Amino acid sequence: MTDHSADPGFEEAARPPRSQWRDVWDQFKTHKGALLGAGFFLFVVVAVMIGPWLWPIPYDAIDIRARNQGPSLAHPFGTDQLGRDMLARMLKGGQTSVAVGIAAMALSLFFGTLVGVLAGYFKRLDGPLMRFTDLFLALPLLPLLLVIIMLFRDPLRAAFGPETGIFILIVFVIGITSWMQTARIVRGDVLALKEREFVLAARSIGTPDRRMITRHLLPNVLSPIMVSATLGIANAIITESALSFLGLGFPSDFPTWGRLLFDATDYLQQYPERVIWPGLAISLTVLAVNYIGDGLRDALDPRIRGR
Amino acid sequence: MKLKSMLMGAAASAAFASAAFAGRGDDGHLNIIFWQAPSIMNPYLSGGTKELFAASMVIEPLARYDENGNMVPWLAQEIPTVENGGVSEDLKSITWKLKPGLKWSDGTPVTSEDVKFTWEYCTADGGGCAQQEKFGNVASIDTPDELTVVVHFEVPKPFPYGPFVGAQAPIIQKAQFENCMGPKAPECSEQNFAPVGTGPFVVTEFRPNDVISLKANENYREADKPAFATVTFKGGGDATAAARSVLETGEFDYAWNLQLAPDVLQKMQEAGKGKVVSSFGTLVERIMINLTDPDSKWGDERSTVKHPHPFLTDKAVRKALSMAIDRPLLVEIGYGPAGKLTCNVLPAPEIYASKANDSCLEQDIEGAKKVLDDAGWKPGPDGVRVKDGVRLSILYQTSTNAVRQDFQALIKEWWKQIGVETELRNIDASVFFGSDPGSPDTFQKFYADVEMYANNFDGTDPEAYMSNWRCDQIPGPDNQWQGNNMPRYCNPEYDKLTEEMAKTGELEKRAELAKQMNDMLMQDYIMLPLVYRGNVSAHSNSLGGVKINAWDSELWNIADWHRVK
Amino acid sequence: MLNYTIRRLLLAIPTLLFIALVIFLLLELAPGDPMANVPLTVPPEVKEKMRIALGLDQPTHVRFLRWLQQFFWVEPLHMLDTLFGTSWAEGQQRIISWQSRSPVMDIVWQRMPQTLWVVGLSYVLGALIAVPVGVISAYRQYSFIDQLGTFISMIGFSVPTFFTGVLMIVIFSVHLGWFPSIYDTTLVVNDWESFTKQIRQMIMPVSVLALYNAAQISRFMRASMLDNLNQDYVRTARAKGLREKTVVLVHVLRNSMIPVVTVIALGVPQVFGGAIITEQVFKVNGLGQLLITAIQANDLPMVQTLTFIFAILIVVFNLIADLLYGVLDPRIRYD
Repeated sequence: MTDHSADPGFEEAARPPRSQWRDVWDQFKTHKGALLGAGFFLFVVVAVMIGPWLWPIPYDAIDIRARNQGPSLAHPFGTDQLGRDMLARMLKGGQTSVAVGIAAMALSLFFGTLVGVLAGYFKRLDGPLMRFTDLFLALPLLPLLLVIIMLFRDPLRAAFGPETGIFILIVFVIGITSWMQTARIVRGDVLALKEREFVLAARSIGTPDRRMITRHLLPNVLSPIMVSATLGIANAIITESALSFLGLGFPSDFPTWGRLLFDATDYLQQYPERVIWPGLAISLTVLAVNYIGDGLRDALDPRIRGR
Repeated sequence: MKLKSMLMGAAASAAFASAAFAGRGDDGHLNIIFWQAPSIMNPYLSGGTKELFAASMVIEPLARYDENGNMVPWLAQEIPTVENGGVSEDLKSITWKLKPGLKWSDGTPVTSEDVKFTWEYCTADGGGCAQQEKFGNVASIDTPDELTVVVHFEVPKPFPYGPFVGAQAPIIQKAQFENCMGPKAPECSEQNFAPVGTGPFVVTEFRPNDVISLKANENYREADKPAFATVTFKGGGDATAAARSVLETGEFDYAWNLQLAPDVLQKMQEAGKGKVVSSFGTLVERIMINLTDPDSKWGDERSTVKHPHPFLTDKAVRKALSMAIDRPLLVEIGYGPAGKLTCNVLPAPEIYASKANDSCLEQDIEGAKKVLDDAGWKPGPDGVRVKDGVRLSILYQTSTNAVRQDFQALIKEWWKQIGVETELRNIDASVFFGSDPGSPDTFQKFYADVEMYANNFDGTDPEAYMSNWRCDQIPGPDNQWQGNNMPRYCNPEYDKLTEEMAKTGELEKRAELAKQMNDMLMQDYIMLPLVYRGNVSAHSNSLGGVKINAWDSELWNIADWHRVK
Repeated sequence: MLNYTIRRLLLAIPTLLFIALVIFLLLELAPGDPMANVPLTVPPEVKEKMRIALGLDQPTHVRFLRWLQQFFWVEPLHMLDTLFGTSWAEGQQRIISWQSRSPVMDIVWQRMPQTLWVVGLSYVLGALIAVPVGVISAYRQYSFIDQLGTFISMIGFSVPTFFTGVLMIVIFSVHLGWFPSIYDTTLVVNDWESFTKQIRQMIMPVSVLALYNAAQISRFMRASMLDNLNQDYVRTARAKGLREKTVVLVHVLRNSMIPVVTVIALGVPQVFGGAIITEQVFKVNGLGQLLITAIQANDLPMVQTLTFIFAILIVVFNLIADLLYGVLDPRIRYD
């Protein structure tokens, strides 16, 4: 009973005039890191969405005479080994990387949380679902990818065109190969939560399973999920670059941050700035998402929010 | 005659080299890095280049090719020819004489029985020998005495130097491999890892795909060689790391296969610890053009001769595609000193190299546009040319490799300028070059409009290579997609030329025929040669005696390698 | 608990057999060809003969059953033979790698030392760093130490090892010349000198990997600690007059360990799976490099065996994690 404040429902009932989301936002605002992170993330999203429209040089325009140039007015980020403008490539690449990162992370979180909660909450499902997780953990990634690509690339390409088709494929591939950790963590937490007093209390008043899960369990496993989300975005961006390196991802002239970083590693000594841009972009984006996650977690935790 | 003077030269240089340094094992330790690590020391069980090269330090053939592509006797006393009576007049047998007094590394004598056994080993049923082609058409082998080997062929062989010549066909010891014939071959891991050989080094420890430790062969035929007492042959990592370990950190003495962007290598070389060397064999990077329709609507009949390609069957289109390519720029960007310009699929040896197609060396965008205009391909609203509702839209595939992806991007840009739309695709090399009939992405299936890769031939004789483009070499479902004629080119006149070459013994005539075939392929624009590629390796400044060789193993003269003081 | 353990172990057998079958079918289905690395100069007919010599002409189920027999019967017998000098496995075909034509398990044992030294050690180090960092970060949330920890771990996780590894080599091997850029797997540690040599060649790969592992674990540790620090039982414990150290390190830490135990249990099998990219960058040639070269060469017996060993470890360590939950939080009951 002492723990009733963990349930946002009670909170709502106690103070009807203020909406819960307003509270969350008020708390979120007080978290400087989170605000900064959210600001930066918004900036990145806006930049990569409208940047390619504003910046006059197309990402795939080759100007072979101007190759391997350092930053200049014409090319603020310099050019690559074929004379393509790095700023244009960073913007275009960000579009893909951010989209793939968020979509794949969301998919993997969804799968992972679903499997984890079901396995942790329903004893009957625990065995089969966890053995299923073991199976996925054990599958060798590379052959699995090769098979998925072989089976689905051409149908998807035919249905959605080369770029969207590959996008769906990559998000799907990364999503279904990275949900297992989240699932095991969520399940572990749910197993422990299930025995806590407030859950027993809620059950004793006959709360249906669906409400138990959405109202009592999910809010309490939010913080590991947030961590998984942050790590998941970084993981998705890097995995995407590994995929396109293996020839399983986007066409090779299609830039993504991971791929730009990979390609530039060979030129680390000659043109260090070429590594810095994509490296910085990935790290800062992940850092921003991490702070947003921190802020959200604090804001959604009624125990902290009150203070 | 030429051969003889060359032999004298080789002998003289060998004598000179041996005078230059002191004795066996005096120069201590040698470190070699192959970033693709060898997995076995028996070249008959793995056709891979890395294994061939590693094994060439231990086991040797009767004759091999030197750095200029000339044949030199190795375990044999001399190269048999028709002139010296070693090859019979009817071209159906060849007689090799072993050098007297040769010993295996275990001290036992090398005899003609070992040579004969090597043939038996490779042709045994169920052994899956990778070099069977080398022993093709061998009817029998006689061993009249301990030092003489007579190879009889079923048919006249204008070029009888297949068996026992080059790194692909070294002699193995009968005593060691006797119980490893045919299906038993895989049970002999000890033998396969540490073969007894006649070469300058002996394996002391073999760790598959990781590292090989070797020491000097006590019984090597030249008393003062090799100069190094021990060798570490390390594998793993990637080309950049291997280059760095020789050129920048100086941890290793020799690194193989450094296909890196020329400016990266250049920068590394500036560190001053070593130098990059390259050699040119017959390797040509080329674009193959699919003359059949790869559209998925044909199902199992995609890319088969049943359905001709909607626009690549038009020679004007193929010609325009070729004209739009700036080959000098490709060489400069992708290979630097390790690449040369070529307009032929048969770039070497010198006597086979045609000069008839050299117009391709200059990019001609305007000319290409004109060719397309004249052929009736008019630009559509989006800039892509159309004729009778057919758009010039190309799917361009290749294996995954940084240089190849740069080439794809450049060529896509040039083709865009002449009104051709290109979609790029790169495929993992192990899938692309595999011939899994279940995979849609192999280079034989060719489910794309054009594809790019490099190919070459062993040794110096192009006969087998040139017959790759015969009609019966077209891959398709009926032969499980096995076949080397990727463009699906079929020209009875071309087939006739290949048959003629198989019957011709005279070198000048053979060269004439080969050139004629090459020109036919080039002027039909079914293949677009891009770069004549060299092999790139690097050695430290303190390593002397390296003569990089594109015709044989790069380590062919490792017995002469020494420390520069 | 014992009942549960036995039941789980019994259940593991059909699970593993099923996993083995799925892996086998997956590898069958995957495109690829063991002859892909053979040069194009070798004609297709010869390649076909080489495939037959590898036994590829036999039907799938025959090859699967043979592999099962070799893995569960011949290999254990052979292991007993080498341990006790018996000869039960004499004359029985062991699992043979297609690349090297030698027994797969011999190569696996050969790769163990460097894998454990580098990947194993970096995992242990990573976990040892991560737990205190996570605890302090949470206890002093938003302090300077916390911010620094967050920053470093985010960089550690989001910058891929293919880049950090190369960066370290350029700095420490090329410019400073402190450490070798290539790992010597033949080095035998038997005296002080070889020991320092071993340390020198391990420093770079271990620190790159440890940073990556620590980053991940410390984030989960911190998040979980934060959740627990605000619970009522902490207030109660403090009110009882327990020392702060006891409260944090005994009560809160113990209750926060569940996600961390999960992550570590998922990570331990990864140690044996090797670290593909890091091994590649530093030329360590451990199990990760073995797996990736086998996949590239389509060496199916090798890939199948390695993945299956990996699967066994996953099943075992997840069981251990489940049992540990019960120890950490006795309220969790499985029966």
